Amino acid sequence: MAAICSLYIINKSGGLIFYKDYGSMVRMDTNDSLRVASLWHSMHAISQQLSPTTGCTGIELLEADTFDLHCFQSLTGTKFFVVCEPGTQNMEALLKVVYELYTDYVLKNPFYEMEMPIRCELFDINLTQAIQKDRVALLGR
Amino acid sequence: MQFFGGSELSPSPPTPTGTGTENNSHMIYIFNRNGVCLLYREWIRPLHTLNFQQDHKLMFGLLFSLKSLAAKMDPTCADKGNLGVPQLPGQGCSFHSFRTNTYKLNFMETPSGIKFILVTNPGTGDLRETLKYIYNLYVEYVANNPLYTPGTPIRNRSNNTRHHTFPSLF
Repeated sequence: MAAICSLYIINKSGGLIFYKDYGSMVRMDTNDSLRVASLWHSMHAISQQLSPTTGCTGIELLEADTFDLHCFQSLTGTKFFVVCEPGTQNMEALLKVVYELYTDYVLKNPFYEMEMPIRCELFDINLTQAIQKDRVALLGR
Repeated sequence: MQFFGGSELSPSPPTPTGTGTENNSHMIYIFNRNGVCLLYREWIRPLHTLNFQQDHKLMFGLLFSLKSLAAKMDPTCADKGNLGVPQLPGQGCSFHSFRTNTYKLNFMETPSGIKFILVTNPGTGDLRETLKYIYNLYVEYVANNPLYTPGTPIRNRSNNTRHHTFPSLF
């Protein structure tokens, strides 16, 4: 069953602002998730340096033996990436949906400070709904 | 991954899916365990960001860190080492490719720590079989060459001609 394992959102400086785990075997502790997020931010930047042609915007998909990592970078530099099982389809669409939820429930929240960890209840609720819907749609096919 | 399946060199490399008729690959790197670049060939590379030494170091460093990241982020393995601990070849989960909007990097590490990197167009399919073919070429012409000192850049002439004709084959 192809499904997503975890979702990370990192701000433009590389700091982790949101991490949600959906069923990997061991949940990563806070420090490790922070380190992994910063590492990803740096790798994303370095991959642009190594491009053989101009116009590279960074890693969009990383394929490993036991998981795939899809990354979406918004125009402002905020990165949304999701760890999922190999071969999961439509992760890019899901990341765009998460981005839309982020703009609606986080950025438009007047009490949210930019680049700080996300603590918005509406965002959490709607995100869970979106993930559930995606999972149901996936199982239904 | 089976490395020691067949001992004969296959007559032609496997055709990866999703390739057109034009040349698909930009560059190839081969690194050994210690980060020494054994081979670097470029076919299409309009943009050079850094000089070659820095480019090789950056590439090796990126791969080292990505392997460490993949081992840490592996959702199936319960017991993981700390981030940044050097992984032995084959230990933990390793990535085999990543894709950006302008290129795709295909990676394979052999049990002896030799790393093969092929940078191609983003639309290329799974190139693991192709990398295994290149590894067989390496074993045939480099590792089995009695005059080759391990850990030094590859200068074998017949190996170079093979690599030149190789990208035109796919």
